[in-house]
Amino acid sequence: MTRLIRLINPINRYSTIMLYVVIVFLWASICLYLLLGGADFGAGIVELLVRRKHKLRVRTIMSHAIGPIWEANHMWLIIAIVILFVGFPAIYTTMSIYMHIPLVAMLLGIMARGTAFVFRSYDAVADEWQRVYTSIYTWSSVITPFFLGIIAAATVARTIDVEANDFIAAYVNSWLSWFGVAIGVFTTSICGYLAATYAIGAVENEYDCTLMIHLARRFIYLVVGSGALVFLSASLSDIPLIEWIFGDFIGRAAIFLATVSLILTFIAFKKRRAIAARILAGFQVTMILLAATYQHYPELVLFKNGGGLSLIEHAGNAKTVTSLAWALLLGSVFILPFLFHLMRVFSKRSPYP
Amino acid sequence: MFAKLVTLSIFKQPTVYIMDDFIAARSQMAVSLGFHIIFACVGMVMPFFMAISHFIYLKTGNAIYKGLTKAWSKGVAILFATGAVSGTMLSFELGLLWPTFMEHAGPIFGMPFSLEGTAFFIEAIALGFFLYGWDRLKPWFHWVTGLIVGLSGLASGILVVAANAWMNSPAGFDFVDGQYLNVDPIQAMFNDAWFSQALHMTIAAFVATGFAVSGIHALMILKQRNVIFHTTAFRITALSACVAALLQPVSGDISAKDVAQRQPAKLAAMEAHFETEANASFVIGGIPDEDKKTVKHAIKIPGLLSFLAHGDPEKPVTGLNDIPKEHWPPVAITHYAFQLMIGLGMLLVVLALIYFAALFTRKKWLDSKWLLRLFVIATPMGYIALEAGWVVTEVGRQPWIIYGIMRTADAVTPMPGIVYSFYLFTAVFISLSAIVVFLLYRQMTMVGRLYDTTDPAYQSN
Repeated sequence: MTRLIRLINPINRYSTIMLYVVIVFLWASICLYLLLGGADFGAGIVELLVRRKHKLRVRTIMSHAIGPIWEANHMWLIIAIVILFVGFPAIYTTMSIYMHIPLVAMLLGIMARGTAFVFRSYDAVADEWQRVYTSIYTWSSVITPFFLGIIAAATVARTIDVEANDFIAAYVNSWLSWFGVAIGVFTTSICGYLAATYAIGAVENEYDCTLMIHLARRFIYLVVGSGALVFLSASLSDIPLIEWIFGDFIGRAAIFLATVSLILTFIAFKKRRAIAARILAGFQVTMILLAATYQHYPELVLFKNGGGLSLIEHAGNAKTVTSLAWALLLGSVFILPFLFHLMRVFSKRSPYP
Repeated sequence: MFAKLVTLSIFKQPTVYIMDDFIAARSQMAVSLGFHIIFACVGMVMPFFMAISHFIYLKTGNAIYKGLTKAWSKGVAILFATGAVSGTMLSFELGLLWPTFMEHAGPIFGMPFSLEGTAFFIEAIALGFFLYGWDRLKPWFHWVTGLIVGLSGLASGILVVAANAWMNSPAGFDFVDGQYLNVDPIQAMFNDAWFSQALHMTIAAFVATGFAVSGIHALMILKQRNVIFHTTAFRITALSACVAALLQPVSGDISAKDVAQRQPAKLAAMEAHFETEANASFVIGGIPDEDKKTVKHAIKIPGLLSFLAHGDPEKPVTGLNDIPKEHWPPVAITHYAFQLMIGLGMLLVVLALIYFAALFTRKKWLDSKWLLRLFVIATPMGYIALEAGWVVTEVGRQPWIIYGIMRTADAVTPMPGIVYSFYLFTAVFISLSAIVVFLLYRQMTMVGRLYDTTDPAYQSN
């Protein structure tokens, strides 16, 4: 914990605490976007990868599970981006410049995914257009988290070269690497895993329950496999990933807890405890994100030349950060109870206790 | 809107014109905002129509109103999702295209954006409740969630416009030697322009959406499709549109006086007003010539511009000649857009007056085909006026991105090849809009089967 609080300056205690409030909100909204938005993308991923004969079942289960809440799930991205551009403008603008291409790809994915999902649900006539919407929806559900993963990888891979002069070096090599691709595949697998596990709690009969548990198990194998690819690509690209994650107590603890809870997840599957499986899956992904981000904290972006951008040193002026913190605190008073109520009303419990 | 600017440049240069990155970035921003504004306004105003119809249903139990509420809610769902994703894109595009601007402006005008994030979030939650809550929520709680969709949408709109107002009327910081010091985000949010811009835009959203929706329902009545259903819809939307249309000139007057004080260059460009003079004329139509500093073929009403800008025909209005040419906005575009907005606004005021006459004194007009035909003709007018109004605001602010502080050209991204990004985004927005129109059309054709309980073809789910 010393790392978290060592930078509190006793002179400006109030504004420093407010900066930490903002940082906590930033991390929480990234985490919630990964969990909830990720489960949303996962719904499309599962539908794309499942065998043809199960596609319609999966589509029905997923529509029931995410229909009412999917739009709220994507608001976490907006919150995160607003925090970045208000509170940490240097980080936002640097990312915008060097990640331009993958950001555009991700945005097009978000756009295609959101609209195709709604068009599919709200087209008054059910005809062959449904197939068009479905293929746009499922493919963009894969592409978007893949590029999110690429962008996340690029922040720490030391590929951003702020001194580059030519187009390829500055705007392509800044994000395109095998490590990035591996993280992209890993993120996509996590999304599929979250969706399949989440949907176990939304099924209406024994047959669907078995199907979703089977799919969730498959996605666990995919997550573990692509996780191995991440380590492999990191070692090939001279990224000290093992040292980053296992070099610190928090990182080791997070990975240990994630592994233990993964074993518990298999037990929960066997005993058909849908809610327990949801919580465990969410916990594992949170632990993975913690292990991945903690080592660099407070640095968010690392440059090729050894420099970087830090949440502490590159925060905006104190007055802005303080008012941002208050706006976020105030916002959560309105948002969170309303959001929990939404999730409670529309979460169907599995009839298999 | 910037297509015009590009076309003008083509005429000036004999060689093949290749769009530069700066113009491409501005065009991409214009296209993205231009489409987003339509999606967002429909998503902002329709929930209120929905809430009115839903209210009448709950009070009277008349199933027509329930069907109408459901039919409109499908439209809201489609347009809210489209508006939400295009809004998400815009929050990134600000940085992708204008990083230098966002680096300095983000911390200053970020307050309305962070509050807007909250309002938008609440809107998304409330919409989830509303769309899926028909059989699962208590009726009045369900109604309230629908109203919250409208109110939080309205709040989002006002907050985003407040952020735009800051670009026109920068406040809440001291600009010393290129440094942005003593930042006060609250003062920045409540800048001088926020009220007049937010008021004008909110009313414009109701005018534009009201006439667009009532025009479509009028067309359906003329085609004799589900007449009772569409007449019900027409009455709610036409009345809202006409009330808003009559209020708009008042807010326009507030805006004009405000712009005259804060951005004399914009006002002068709107009116193609070159010579500073008392008793200044209001220019209607005409072709401005920036080089000769004259307007050809215009109708001029002496004193009216001074009166509109300052409330006194004797007061002088600053002309472009007293403003350094490098600080001029593109005069022709601003002038034409302003003329278009005013002209269409006035036509809608006339239509509103006719409709009120029909409601109160000439009841038989209500059953006449010509009145419905007028509403059909007016369908796109509100939105054209609204887009033209945004061209006036945005092109009229040029060459500044932060008025008087930072030039737009200095804010653009260093990444080359933006022109391809512009083509891509344009294609995406055009195809997206085409699909939205197609879906709304299909909703319209299915009204009898899905929403109108009095139709013989109606099937309950």
